Amino acid sequence: MKRLFRGLIPVCRKEALHIVRDPGTLFFALLIPMLQLFLFGFAIDTNIRQIATVVMDESQTQASRSLLQRFAASDVFALRGYVQSQDEMYAAIRSGRARVGIRIPYDYARHVLDGSTASVLVLVDGSDSTVAAQAVSTSTGVALQQSLAQILPEGNLPIDVRPSVLYNPSTRSANFFVPGLVGILLQVMTILLIALSLVRERERGTLEQLTMTPVAPLGLMVGKMIPYGVLAFLELCAILAVMRIVFQVPIHGNVFLLLALSLPFLLTVLGIGLLISTKARTQAEAFQLAMGTILPSIFLSGYIFLIENMPPVFQVISRIIPTTYYIRILRGIILRGAGLGDVWLDGLVLTAMGSAAILLAARQFVNQREG
Amino acid sequence: MTAAITADHLTIRFGSFTAVNDVSFSVDKGEIFGFLGPNGSGKTTIIKALCGLLRPTEGGGTILGMDVRQHAAEIKCRVGYMSQKFGLYEDLTVEENIGFYAGVYGIHGEKAEQRKQEVLALTGIEHYLKRRAGQLSGGWKQRLALACAIIHSPEVVFLDEPTAGIDPVARRALWDLLFRLSGQGVTFFVTTHYMDEAERCGRVGYIYMSNLVAIGTVAELQGLPDANPPDTARIQIKTANASAILDSVRKIAGVREATIFGQSIHALVETRQMEALRARLPEATIETITPSLEDIFVTLTYKIMESSQ
Repeated sequence: MKRLFRGLIPVCRKEALHIVRDPGTLFFALLIPMLQLFLFGFAIDTNIRQIATVVMDESQTQASRSLLQRFAASDVFALRGYVQSQDEMYAAIRSGRARVGIRIPYDYARHVLDGSTASVLVLVDGSDSTVAAQAVSTSTGVALQQSLAQILPEGNLPIDVRPSVLYNPSTRSANFFVPGLVGILLQVMTILLIALSLVRERERGTLEQLTMTPVAPLGLMVGKMIPYGVLAFLELCAILAVMRIVFQVPIHGNVFLLLALSLPFLLTVLGIGLLISTKARTQAEAFQLAMGTILPSIFLSGYIFLIENMPPVFQVISRIIPTTYYIRILRGIILRGAGLGDVWLDGLVLTAMGSAAILLAARQFVNQREG
Repeated sequence: MTAAITADHLTIRFGSFTAVNDVSFSVDKGEIFGFLGPNGSGKTTIIKALCGLLRPTEGGGTILGMDVRQHAAEIKCRVGYMSQKFGLYEDLTVEENIGFYAGVYGIHGEKAEQRKQEVLALTGIEHYLKRRAGQLSGGWKQRLALACAIIHSPEVVFLDEPTAGIDPVARRALWDLLFRLSGQGVTFFVTTHYMDEAERCGRVGYIYMSNLVAIGTVAELQGLPDANPPDTARIQIKTANASAILDSVRKIAGVREATIFGQSIHALVETRQMEALRARLPEATIETITPSLEDIFVTLTYKIMESSQ
């Protein structure tokens, strides 16, 4: 056992010295993820509100104004002005000044009054699918409500659905995105730091020197992982604090459980960083490889897109991405107050992945040395 | 006296490429053994194999009596290694570098402190303890690298082109150090490009295209039949305009090699053409000389190139 990890302590101490000596690394490690957190945390809002809307009201009656009021009251549409022709309406949407156009025909009031069907045209800009979907469903809802109000002026509705959104009652986007972002930022920073540290040694020839000493591959790798792991853990605490205090995302579960279950994820990303460092000859190459791991973890981990909606192939891929499991843990504990009983399996999978990555990296390292 | 280093029909192949071909030699304890050869001839590969980093394809070797195939871990603890890249951490101080390598070799506490003082005294780097390695000059970096390489009192030290890019004063200082250590019984295996360094070594090996071409003391090499082909003489032509007439000397019948050496020309000439040569260069003083190491290696290299064509 002792021989397997030979050199661990001196490597660990030396690596800590590197970190302290190089303020650039420290800055990069601590500040950049924080900046990104602020940037993304504030910028991403998937709740669609106040869609710019233009109106062509040919009817100009009380009935038409009542309908328009209902559109405005939904908070989804923001009536930004009137146009005089359908061409003008198209022009407004094409130029991006408006995303929705509502045209109420001149015979609207007459049809509403005599009980026949009045038609209202709602033009929706489909270039942003989420905006379009929201506009279509809300306008259908508005029409339905207006119709019911017409048919049953004072009666009670036969069915009343009262949705109650659990865990994130105000459906704030920040609550959904920021916990996932924690995982992504932690991953980027950790992989880069450790991969660059090992490749730097390769570039400068100190790695060659180390292979001539009795340092064991696992001693070298684990020795490097410990200081960077500690750094990443501190950063995690800082990011969680900002999430809680600045973005007001409540942590419903146990913070200590969350921190404990972050360790297997750190183990995994450190292992991936080490694997990258065995492949990359230069720091630039390591940087590119590290960046290459980021896109799949953003798009296929459930961070942005629902895994259940992906084609089967991508669902399988999402299962081999460690971030998928960590995001489940993060959202489970932070948003739903999940306990160990709910997320232990994700933690176990991460532990297995992390150990495999480190052993593989150590093996690669030995093979390479021989080649 | 047992040998400190032996190579026994050592052969290393990478795929179809033979990096080291059937190399055998032995280095005695306390000896300084010089290893010469062009880049890519297999010098570093041999060092790696002897340190147990590379498995020999065929043959083998021993370090201090231990088989390199079986005792790699043990060998690493008793062998020091210093490369031309020095393997120093430039953002760490002199003291921290030494401390790190002491730790890596498993030396702790009082023993580490004692060894540190010893290598500091030996290399004379104690005035720079708190300086970062990156701020040292080339010569001091090299001394620090040596201090790190011998922190664990190795009995055998491999130096892979230790003086590449170092000024002459620092080079001489390093060699003085090596002689002192070898006097204490440390064995050195030194690869180099510099002929004058090779001449300082007790014995010299010359490797060319993966083959060990010649091995022996400088005197032995000078007496090699291959280095002194029959019916030829090694001569020095002293003349006022050596570089101007070099090309014309090369074209004279019977001149096999000719090169500039300072103000004169060194040439290998067939003895039966000597009189003709003297007649062609009436104003030059021509005398026979013993071949330098460079002369020997050039002659050997030409011979191999001819026979492989």
